[in-house]
Amino acid sequence: MKTLEFLIQRLAKAVMVVIGVVILNFLLIQLAPGDPAAVLAGEAGAGDEQFIAQLRAQFGLDQPLYVQLLSYLKNVIAGDLGFSYRNHVPVADLILERLPATLLLTGSAFVFSLVLGITLGVIAARRRGSIGDSVIMTGALVFYATPLFWVALMAVLVFSIHLDWLPPFDMETVGAGYTGWARVLDIAHHLILPAVTLGLFFTAVYTRLTRASMLEVMNLDFVKTARAKGVPRGRIIRRHVLRNAVLPVFTFASVQAGQLVGGAVLTETVFAWPGIGRLMFDALLQRDYPVLLGVFLVTATVVVAINLVTDLLYRIVDPRIEATG
Amino acid sequence: MSFFRRYAQNVGALVGLAILVVVIIVAAAAPILYPVSPWQGIGDPLLGPFEDSAFPLGTDMLGRDIAAGLAYGARVSLLIGVISTAVAVLIGVSLGAVAGYYGGRVDDLLMRFTEFFQTIPAFAMAVVLVAIFSPTITSITLAIAVVSWPPVARLVRGEFLSLRSREFVQAAIVIGQTGPRIMLTQILPNAISPIIVTASLMVATAILTESSLSFLGLGDRNMMSWGFMIGAARTMLREAWWLSVFPGVAILVTVLAINLIGEGLNDAMNPHLRGRKG
Repeated sequence: MKTLEFLIQRLAKAVMVVIGVVILNFLLIQLAPGDPAAVLAGEAGAGDEQFIAQLRAQFGLDQPLYVQLLSYLKNVIAGDLGFSYRNHVPVADLILERLPATLLLTGSAFVFSLVLGITLGVIAARRRGSIGDSVIMTGALVFYATPLFWVALMAVLVFSIHLDWLPPFDMETVGAGYTGWARVLDIAHHLILPAVTLGLFFTAVYTRLTRASMLEVMNLDFVKTARAKGVPRGRIIRRHVLRNAVLPVFTFASVQAGQLVGGAVLTETVFAWPGIGRLMFDALLQRDYPVLLGVFLVTATVVVAINLVTDLLYRIVDPRIEATG
Repeated sequence: MSFFRRYAQNVGALVGLAILVVVIIVAAAAPILYPVSPWQGIGDPLLGPFEDSAFPLGTDMLGRDIAAGLAYGARVSLLIGVISTAVAVLIGVSLGAVAGYYGGRVDDLLMRFTEFFQTIPAFAMAVVLVAIFSPTITSITLAIAVVSWPPVARLVRGEFLSLRSREFVQAAIVIGQTGPRIMLTQILPNAISPIIVTASLMVATAILTESSLSFLGLGDRNMMSWGFMIGAARTMLREAWWLSVFPGVAILVTVLAINLIGEGLNDAMNPHLRGRKG
């Protein structure tokens, strides 16, 4: 398949998913118990009949359902995600302002977990059956079973409260007024705990996956050939095994992008990280449904974009892949 | 070797089973062990662990017994974990079986649908669902089921796709059995072991999701749960570590036990795969 054709196909698929989420959001507003206008208003004017009536007219809730859906879709495509009556700000503005913080956090956590996970997986597979292998795999098993938010709280307890090494809240020191590199360092200092605690669960996943994948490739004939030729062990691992074993890990990591973004809701809540996850939590507390649905749509869009980029990168990394539908 | 023998060979799986049995017993006996509601303060507030022998795990800011909360929380975790998984398996098996057996356009359509649900961020969707339909034990269970069925559907579809062309299925078609009957009585029993393994691991994930939801305040207001206890104790972390440590350990141990059981089942049911993952 030609690259352009492939690109168009994947793009169409991504757009379909996003439209699907928009329709899902629309249905949720309709299905929610109570008046859709009240839902959209975040039950702000619970007692104010006039306000609700005005909203009903504004949202066109007296129109047939498909007309409502079309106008809803049109609004979203135009970048209008609704209005947060709690904050008196358009939802899109709220989210855009918070998005960079979330991308920084999830991006760092993703890189951290992928690098550490693959490294640990390779070490475990290389020394299969050794004490090191057991320690790594037990650790992976434990972190795979630990709730994200609890790891975050325990990290705060140990590293912030008891040891006082790392800051437990916020993205930068409030009122410090750092600029340039000092600010970058300050943010990095604040980033360590949230990124590591968000990444640990995924580190466990990637460790297990890398190890299993490595062991599978190590049994293949071409590795035996390499060994018979007398290629040094370290070189076999690096050049022959790892290169082939790492692809399934990447595929899985891309599929898991959604989980990582979802996990950010919990991590950001614990660390008061000013991203869209924290925004979602605040929206929950305030019953601010337009914000809630907006964040959901944006996270889904981010995930679709990540999957699209991975699909494209794949064709560059591994030309053997003739991706299909 | 029999299935039970093979399972018993795996030490981790046995430990997991033992832990789960203890958790189930505690959950079942909660009203006997702790007759007073876990919501009721019955001791001095913020007693540390082992400070008062009546409250070995301490009390919270309202004097509620942490140990009682853990026992009642086990009920919620296990209940939601098992029921939401059952619902998810039901959805996944139905869609996957139809897609894999009939193939063609039906398969295409159903797999698009599955892919859609697999792409959108599961936890964010669960949060939105529970928030909009207001948190009750039913809405939480259904929300977790709705976000966790896609892997089952894909798995079942794959199994059905490969089993459909086998001779015993062809024979059933020739003697005139209907599609649904073949799916239920011929193919499904042959595809059951990977479904059981996946389902057992899904219970663990469902418990984690439930705890995360109730941590965010999306738990059933009438039921004590581990995630809620941690969420409520969050602001007291500096003053009273035990409020959040013990419920977290309870989640960790339960989920770990179920994962170990799942892996044990996997090894016991697919002996030819042994050593590939382990």
